[in-house]
Amino acid sequence: MIEKPGIGRPLAHVVLVLGVLVVAFPIYYTFIASTQSLTTILRPPLPLTPGDQIAANYGEALFGGIGRIGGVAVTTLLFNTLVMALGIALGKIFISILSAFAVVFFRFPLRMVFFWLIFVTLMLPVEVRILPTYKVMVDLGMIDTYAGLILPLIASATATLLFRQFFMTIPSELVEAARIDGAGPLRFLRDILLPLSKTNIAALFVILFIYGWTQYLWPLLVTNDNQMNTIVIALKKMVSFADADTPWHMVMVTSILAILPPVLVVVLMQRWFVRGLVESEK
Amino acid sequence: MAKIELKDVRKVYHGGVEAVKGVSLSVEDGAFVVLVGPSGCGKSTLLRMVAGLESISSGTIAIGDRVVNELEPAERDIAMVFQNYALYPHMTVRKNLEYGLKNRKMASGEIARRVDEAAKMLEIGALLDRRPGQLSGGQRQRVAMGRALVREPAAFLFDEPLSNLDAKLRVQMRAEIRRLQRRLKTTSLYVTHDQLEAMTLADTLVVLNAGRIEQAGSPMEVYERPASLFVATFIGSPAMNLLPLGAGGIAGLTAPDGLLSGAGPAKTLGIRPEHMRLADGEAPRPGEMRFDLTVTGVEVVGAESFVYGTLPEGGPEVAVRVAGYSHVEPGTRLAAAADPAYLHRFDRETGRRI
Ligand SMILES: Nc1ncnc2c1ncn2[C@@H]1O[C@H](COP(=O)(O)OP(=O)(O)OP(=O)(O)O)[C@@H](O)[C@H]1O
Ligand SMILES: [Mg+2]
Repeated sequence: MIEKPGIGRPLAHVVLVLGVLVVAFPIYYTFIASTQSLTTILRPPLPLTPGDQIAANYGEALFGGIGRIGGVAVTTLLFNTLVMALGIALGKIFISILSAFAVVFFRFPLRMVFFWLIFVTLMLPVEVRILPTYKVMVDLGMIDTYAGLILPLIASATATLLFRQFFMTIPSELVEAARIDGAGPLRFLRDILLPLSKTNIAALFVILFIYGWTQYLWPLLVTNDNQMNTIVIALKKMVSFADADTPWHMVMVTSILAILPPVLVVVLMQRWFVRGLVESEK
Repeated sequence: MAKIELKDVRKVYHGGVEAVKGVSLSVEDGAFVVLVGPSGCGKSTLLRMVAGLESISSGTIAIGDRVVNELEPAERDIAMVFQNYALYPHMTVRKNLEYGLKNRKMASGEIARRVDEAAKMLEIGALLDRRPGQLSGGQRQRVAMGRALVREPAAFLFDEPLSNLDAKLRVQMRAEIRRLQRRLKTTSLYVTHDQLEAMTLADTLVVLNAGRIEQAGSPMEVYERPASLFVATFIGSPAMNLLPLGAGGIAGLTAPDGLLSGAGPAKTLGIRPEHMRLADGEAPRPGEMRFDLTVTGVEVVGAESFVYGTLPEGGPEVAVRVAGYSHVEPGTRLAAAADPAYLHRFDRETGRRI
């Protein structure tokens, strides 16, 4: 990059700082609100510094239970959401690795037909097939179950495509060397393909975890029981039309707690990427 | 230790490309056989069929006493060295060497013994804990060899293993492969398109052309008695001089009586550059052939030079080997001579040696 003398550098910093403020301020304000009592929140303006209700609010949310959603604690919500997000992310990765593996490394009848079928489903978002899917879930008795939350969402054309592209870059000699070394298909998958896909899997995991964590429409349909709510759905249920009915301090606490796990995943996995990249560069 | 026996092996790829058109070849136990031929002649295909990486369209391949047509590569008791080495990038050198043995459920003591032995033989002991990405091309080549060695297979298969190395390293590794093979006496099948590599490595040289064997024999046999025009021009550098023999002899070539006449099919004569000499200003010696050349160029290699010249009346170009430097100017007319004893004769129609 070319360093321009004079005003350029400070100006760039000012712009960046402004950008950060625009993004970070709402989150900060949410955090402030989560440390105030309901009465303070309902009487604007809201102070700009944390209040004294932090322990009380978070304690109540995490271990007490929130009345508007049937007295369920946020820990339960977090657990439900974690199960769903992990299930979706890992399930999608598992399924798409297997299908890409089949499409790339095996010759079977109608191979390309299957591949195109998978590809075509890219054009059908969840919303389009939501009614038939719902019917199937009802018939299978999967309403209000983790399986019902996870299964319909784990088929992934995008991830399959991604792994297919990656698998096709693997030199055929490597596959052949493994064959000569006596590695059958599954052993090849485990010993060669998966280790080589590490960084791809990590990147995809982050994206899919956040995708799963923020799911709204499907969990809304498939869960009725308050005990099975995900955190996003619980938030929606907490907010009432009447302002006075809504426990805003609890809403804010839940929002902050809903943001934390995805942030944690991104931060932790980011370090992991860098290591993976550096290693494969050598 | 085993013999490799190919009987009328054919390969037709999907789409109808016939890459190998009936090859029968017997590789004796402990022999080093080199398959050489131009690009696309089916060398790799043939080798890969022996390895089991490519199905066999017809014919049989036997390794030792077993017909291996239907066996998986891992069951054929062979090891293969690839041109791009095909090392597992995420495994250390040691893991690379161990992998095939572990898959065979070999005892860990035996694995360690073999890895140590191979590492010592190839001098890669210090590299065992590195990954392939941290090695130079030459070192990777050694590791690839090591992975073949530890299996102690009945046969080694090499597909242009030295092509990715620089010239100097290639010569060094060539000698090393030869030394190792002599020591281990493992039957080896080696594919290359480099005729120098082929000549120096082979016990038996097999020249392939368009999916067929043109000639098989010791390197000297192939060099001195090429069975066809193809072999004559393919082996040797610069290539053998070819002189199409017309009804009235060859313009610019004087030869002893009877040498150029004679009944039979249309012929092409061949003579290697090193069997010719410049004879300018010399009186013709009896029994020699004399060429009247117009010099077109000189190639100085170092210890020797090649003088290129054409025969008159649009005749063919011939190369003459000269020891040391040659300072002939292009355009000069000069005489060259050759002993008819070194003349090769080929049937021009069939290309076969007469
Ligand atoms: N998978 C394939 N499908 C169809 N045709 C193929 C396939 N592999 C090779 N061929 C064809 O078979 C012929 C022989 O190929 P092969 O790879 O054996 O050549 P080669 O002698 O090893 O050449 P090179 O010296 O360039 O490696 C070529 O004409 C090639 O185009
Ligand atoms: Mg080849």
